[in-house]
Amino acid sequence: MTDKKEWPLWEVFIRSQHGLAHRHVGSLHAPDAEMAIMNARDVYTRRNEGVSIWVVRASDIAASSPSEKGPLFDPANSKVYRHPTFYEIPEELGHM
Amino acid sequence: MYAQMVKTGVDHIQSKEEMSPEERAFQDRVDQDIKIEPKEWMPEAYRKTLIRQISQHAHSEIIGMQPEGNWITRAPTLERKAILLAKVQDEAGHGLYLYCAAETLGVSRDELMEQLNSGKAKYSSIFNYPTLTWADIGAIGWLVDGAAIMNQVPLQRCSYGPYSRAMIRICKEESFHQRQGYDAMTKLARGTPEQKQMAQDALNRWWWPSLMMFGPSDAESVHSAQSMRWKIKINSNDELRQKFVDQTVPQAEYLGLTVPDPALKWNAERGHYDFGEVDWNEFYQVVAGNGPCNRDRLRTRVKAYEEGRWVRDAADAYAAKKAARAKAKAA
Repeated sequence: MTDKKEWPLWEVFIRSQHGLAHRHVGSLHAPDAEMAIMNARDVYTRRNEGVSIWVVRASDIAASSPSEKGPLFDPANSKVYRHPTFYEIPEELGHM
Repeated sequence: MYAQMVKTGVDHIQSKEEMSPEERAFQDRVDQDIKIEPKEWMPEAYRKTLIRQISQHAHSEIIGMQPEGNWITRAPTLERKAILLAKVQDEAGHGLYLYCAAETLGVSRDELMEQLNSGKAKYSSIFNYPTLTWADIGAIGWLVDGAAIMNQVPLQRCSYGPYSRAMIRICKEESFHQRQGYDAMTKLARGTPEQKQMAQDALNRWWWPSLMMFGPSDAESVHSAQSMRWKIKINSNDELRQKFVDQTVPQAEYLGLTVPDPALKWNAERGHYDFGEVDWNEFYQVVAGNGPCNRDRLRTRVKAYEEGRWVRDAADAYAAKKAARAKAKAA
């Protein structure tokens, strides 16, 4: 009963109307990019969730490895001075 | 609850001492409410149980289109028809979100389809009951989707990232399903005596199967205990069933309809409704394939799959033709 080959998996990214960046919303199967976009419209934007759709073949995405999460993101841990809260501003100055 | 009696493959709950270092680290993360993501290490039993649970849930959404689809061409008004179409389309969407979540655990879509179409996979018992009148569509939205929401809202917090995210999307859309059902019931309950009777009849037939959706009591079940420890099950079946009864009885009263349970009574001491025992024999019969519509549901499903084959083949051929053209052009 199974078809000879499974359609490739596409990751779907949608940009909502409020000027935000495209955001990953899920994935779906489709034979090509054009069909993937059409399917994405029906699966992920039934309630006006988006004004733009990106689809990318899941196999084309390179991802960081979860087991290397420590060493990969460590360098940011020790740099608290990158956050505005690191600095004390005299209260009488008000908001800065 | 769209997944019923999901087995975990374990025979007892491991203590932290019995666990391997990896298992212990995993359980610690779950305990701290850190989401587990697809590529991370997870116990094999966790992965397998999740595949069973999520795919059973997905299959339920797909089969769940049938009882309601039955009334699309016979909806009483164009507006009701548009609403019902949108709802049934949502169910297909929910099935797809869930299949995608299951696939992140290393099972393929084709395998899942094959398990459904061959009758090997289970789906919720509720979809093996027939929709005899238009009022059944109202009752399904109100009761069946209401019961599903009871279970799905807590699952938004479950430990597996992709499942949790699918649940968040589904819950957002599910509220429309329940409201449109209650709205349809309200119209009937306030209509002619015949219409009100139709609504009552639908409630009579859907009440007990809706309570069965939560599954038999799992207070003693090692599988439920394990699933709760993994946080892929948040509440016990009895807890959710009680919550559903407490929430739904006043809604029935508001409609002027009678819940078909002579034992139903407010218990001021407990702060809950007491209610009668579900006919679990009927439930097990339905789960075993002997419900009123089991065979018909599967037959319809397989027929739709077979009759859609030429569409899939055409899409494949078109994609191949376009790819070949693009290649020739580039050369």
